Amino acid sequence: MRFISHAPSEIEEMLETLSIPGVKSLFDDVPNDVKLARDMNLPRPLSEVELKRELLEISKKNKAADYVNFIGAGAYDHHVPAVVKAMVSRSEFYTSYTPYQAERSQGTLAAIFEYQTMIAKLTGMDVVNASIYDGASSLGEAISMACNIKKKNKVVLSGSIHPEYVATAKTYGFGAEIDVVPSSYTTSYETDWKQVEGLIDGKTAALVISMPNFFGVLEDVKQAQEITRKKGIMLIVSANPVSLGLLKPPSDYGADIVVGEGQPLGNPLNFGGPYLGFMGTKSQFVRRMPGRIVGETVDTDGKRAFVLTLQAREQHIRREKATSNICSNQALNALASTIYLSYLGKKGLNDVAYHSHANARYFIDEAKKSGNVKIINPKVFNEVVVEVGDLDKKYQEALDHKILPGLKLDRFFPKEKNKLMVAFTEKRTKQEIQKLLELLGVS
Amino acid sequence: MQGIPLIFEKTKTGKEGFRLSPLEVPKVDLSETLGEDIVRDEVNLPEVSELDVIRHYTELSRMNFGVDNGFYPLGSCTMKYNPKINEEVAAMPGFTELHPYAPEEISQGTLEVMYDTQNLLAEITGMDNFTLQPAAGAHGELTGILIIKKYLEHKGEKRTKIIVPDSAHGTNPASASHGGFDIIKVKSDSEGLVDIEALKELVNEDVAALMLTNPNTLGLFEKNIFEISKILHEKGALLYYDGANLNAVMGIVRPGDMGFDVVHLNLHKTFSTPHGGGGPGSGAVGVKAFLRDFLPKPLAAQKGQMYYLDYDIPHSIGKIHGFYGNLGVVLKAYAYIKSLGAKGLKEASEIATLNASYLLKKIEDMFEVPEDILFKHEFVVSCNNWKEKFGVRALDVAKRLLDYGFHPPTIYFPLIVDEALMVEPTETESKDTLDAFADALRKIYQEAKEGPDFLKSAPHDTPVRRVDEVKAAREMKLIYEG
Amino acid sequence: MSNIPAELMYTEEHEWISLEENRGKVGITDHAQDSLGDVVYVELPEVGDKIVKGEAFGSVESVKAASDLYAPVSGTVLEINEALNDGPELVNKSPYDDGWMIVVEVEDESELEDLLTPEEYEEQVEGE
Repeated sequence: MRFISHAPSEIEEMLETLSIPGVKSLFDDVPNDVKLARDMNLPRPLSEVELKRELLEISKKNKAADYVNFIGAGAYDHHVPAVVKAMVSRSEFYTSYTPYQAERSQGTLAAIFEYQTMIAKLTGMDVVNASIYDGASSLGEAISMACNIKKKNKVVLSGSIHPEYVATAKTYGFGAEIDVVPSSYTTSYETDWKQVEGLIDGKTAALVISMPNFFGVLEDVKQAQEITRKKGIMLIVSANPVSLGLLKPPSDYGADIVVGEGQPLGNPLNFGGPYLGFMGTKSQFVRRMPGRIVGETVDTDGKRAFVLTLQAREQHIRREKATSNICSNQALNALASTIYLSYLGKKGLNDVAYHSHANARYFIDEAKKSGNVKIINPKVFNEVVVEVGDLDKKYQEALDHKILPGLKLDRFFPKEKNKLMVAFTEKRTKQEIQKLLELLGVS
Repeated sequence: MQGIPLIFEKTKTGKEGFRLSPLEVPKVDLSETLGEDIVRDEVNLPEVSELDVIRHYTELSRMNFGVDNGFYPLGSCTMKYNPKINEEVAAMPGFTELHPYAPEEISQGTLEVMYDTQNLLAEITGMDNFTLQPAAGAHGELTGILIIKKYLEHKGEKRTKIIVPDSAHGTNPASASHGGFDIIKVKSDSEGLVDIEALKELVNEDVAALMLTNPNTLGLFEKNIFEISKILHEKGALLYYDGANLNAVMGIVRPGDMGFDVVHLNLHKTFSTPHGGGGPGSGAVGVKAFLRDFLPKPLAAQKGQMYYLDYDIPHSIGKIHGFYGNLGVVLKAYAYIKSLGAKGLKEASEIATLNASYLLKKIEDMFEVPEDILFKHEFVVSCNNWKEKFGVRALDVAKRLLDYGFHPPTIYFPLIVDEALMVEPTETESKDTLDAFADALRKIYQEAKEGPDFLKSAPHDTPVRRVDEVKAAREMKLIYEG
Repeated sequence: MSNIPAELMYTEEHEWISLEENRGKVGITDHAQDSLGDVVYVELPEVGDKIVKGEAFGSVESVKAASDLYAPVSGTVLEINEALNDGPELVNKSPYDDGWMIVVEVEDESELEDLLTPEEYEEQVEGE
């Protein structure tokens, strides 16, 4: 059989050592009426050749994977450099477990330490954990953390947060018995600050905003800072990490916890996962933070080394009193992001953010010249909502040209008919953008 | 002294690795387009060349130890070989370049894999419906617990307690607690199984569920499983299966047939997907039909020839992940199940159990081992006798094993066994490897006899020597500030 | 053999308390610090907080373990040992002196009656 390493004679020897006639004897303690009396009903085993052929055929049914992609909404088509792919393919990284045995896991540990440092620099936070499952679940964890710190049980969400993040936060809230209260957004796709302020009461632990928000718009973050300061609650910011190549870190406007989706940093789209959620906070909250944390130390020879630390917060020690139940996180994706940020470096991340933004601005400026479409709020980073007459027809025409023109907003907000949300990365060419404009009726 | 290198120390002003295509569109004035108040100065990231990056991360990788490097018998983690074809399949651009919001009719490939995997896992476990959304085992546990909570709420019952065995993995009580439940512990009997009498006393109308692995954390089969199931169900409580140990029983028993109502699997254990140094995993959750309407949304579904995402799940707990789960991981598990088929999976479980039993036989004379027990795919021995005779602890044995080129077993778990070594060889290891590991332990036993100091200062031949965890926790240097 | 001073009173959860007038000084025992190992962090309440007998008022962490601190009596926290912030190792080095944790204003001295005597505590420790 595949993946078994014994010669048949060795199995015989092992059975002999155990003085049993066959492997079935090893299950003698399992009552017969519990045992499955038939073979499992599964497809016949495939050879490697067959498997590869079959899966290649299946993969080709994902026709959209070949299309020019203008969809964003939380997952972005940035370039993943060959360097990143090559390094995360080293099996010393990807076939290892969580780095419990520090002496033989320094590669993973040092890389996580680098990751923590880079995310701290991007977000302006003091401490960062080793990653959470994705952007939405990192928000779920953040609201639990804030309620735990404030000993309260309600959080208020801006209405312009990704609707699937809101849904995930509500699910986490259902478990942790936290009242997750979303507000609505304004007609210009911004947070309704007045409404937000009205929703905050004595039970509220935190306000959550997204920057840029779901609609791509840059929020008036000073408002968030003022409201949270005035009300004495925490500010949680969900941020796009690439945008932080250009935008001020959330620490500048008073964030206590910063979370977000790390996918844009070197991870392919993969139909939504595996991605990684990042999370950082101020140092005074470090013991309330969920997830693994790596710290610097020395070995017995006094040489610098790294190790998992502050583990007394975690489930394997504190069990039901742990800050979170998280165990496995998204280490390999965090490694990809670390290598991505190292490779792009100071200039490269800035360039990627700048090009993405400039492409968005080009689209906006060209679209504005035409009366056929309407840009609702142009104050964006790399994604913008455009109102397009007869959108369904134009969307289909774009697909016929192998272009994914964006996300139809009515997928999440039924009242938002004929609204298309278009995302730009550094990968999009001027020609592609012009073609999209043409298909949307902007000539 | 220098020690482990960091990329930040390779930085030289002006070095560049990555270069973008020239900007084709007009330049923008950021203070105008973004606003003066919000534009930042540079981010202090490294400045290194491409080769600097490659050399640095290659060097770091060499300080790691993975399944490809050697034997990794980490108990309860199922560190089996990760077949290379799975990696190749998951890296096909048709899968990796697909956006989660691409129209369904041109995303049929991944939807098909999702739909098929849901059904394959249902057959393997004897459950009716599966969600692939949870991203890891603990995430699956939380999902399962919330499904139970929602179901009870729907029935109008307010049950506040979840029972976990004292031998359980820490994620069980943590997940139940983060689902809003109080935890009660049920003790193990003298054989290491759930104490039936104690369980009977604990189960009442306040209890929502019992969380159990079978075989349990000690590697023993809970042979009274029907009775356990009856005790719970008679009082209206549910039975939750932690799939951490499914690798022992594929094709032999199925959680669904044993009476479990909710299961979570770790695709990164049983179904051969790599652990990635701590994720990504995948914590698929399966339920019996009466719980289908409480699963997170969406599920992959089929209508005629078309696959689609079904959001019509009336009492769904909602979303537990931003998109649909760690599908890159799911693909590898799918490829694995397709490679092995029914007989292959069963054989994997049989050989996993044979390997554990054989290895135990080879080393049992050196440890304290419970008598007359048929362990399954993993076993637990105690180093108590080493501690008493030589002053050597499980930790020292573990560290010394690193010098011999082996990853140590899980240590100090389960908590109910003193000085525990929990060994899970998996089915993919050869007899030669098992023999070599047994020989190494025997040599270490000799070394212990000769005096504890050498073992207490182990490892001697690793990228770093024993690390100072106390210093790390007290000083809390968590980011590079050089 | 762990040190169990004769002049103190003890809880089953390994806290000690000494009483001067109505000021109760609280810490953890030598046995407790020894089983925890190197203490890396002590979480204490704030001055002015009310603590309740038998309930957790803080926690103590080592690298491998974490343990809640249980109040031997009810009352208001008068002082906390600030030195533990930067020197959690004091709990290991000097559990009964420099490693004290809080001083509490004891409201009801009768609450002290069911605490363990040194002999009773010693018996408990030996039985573990």
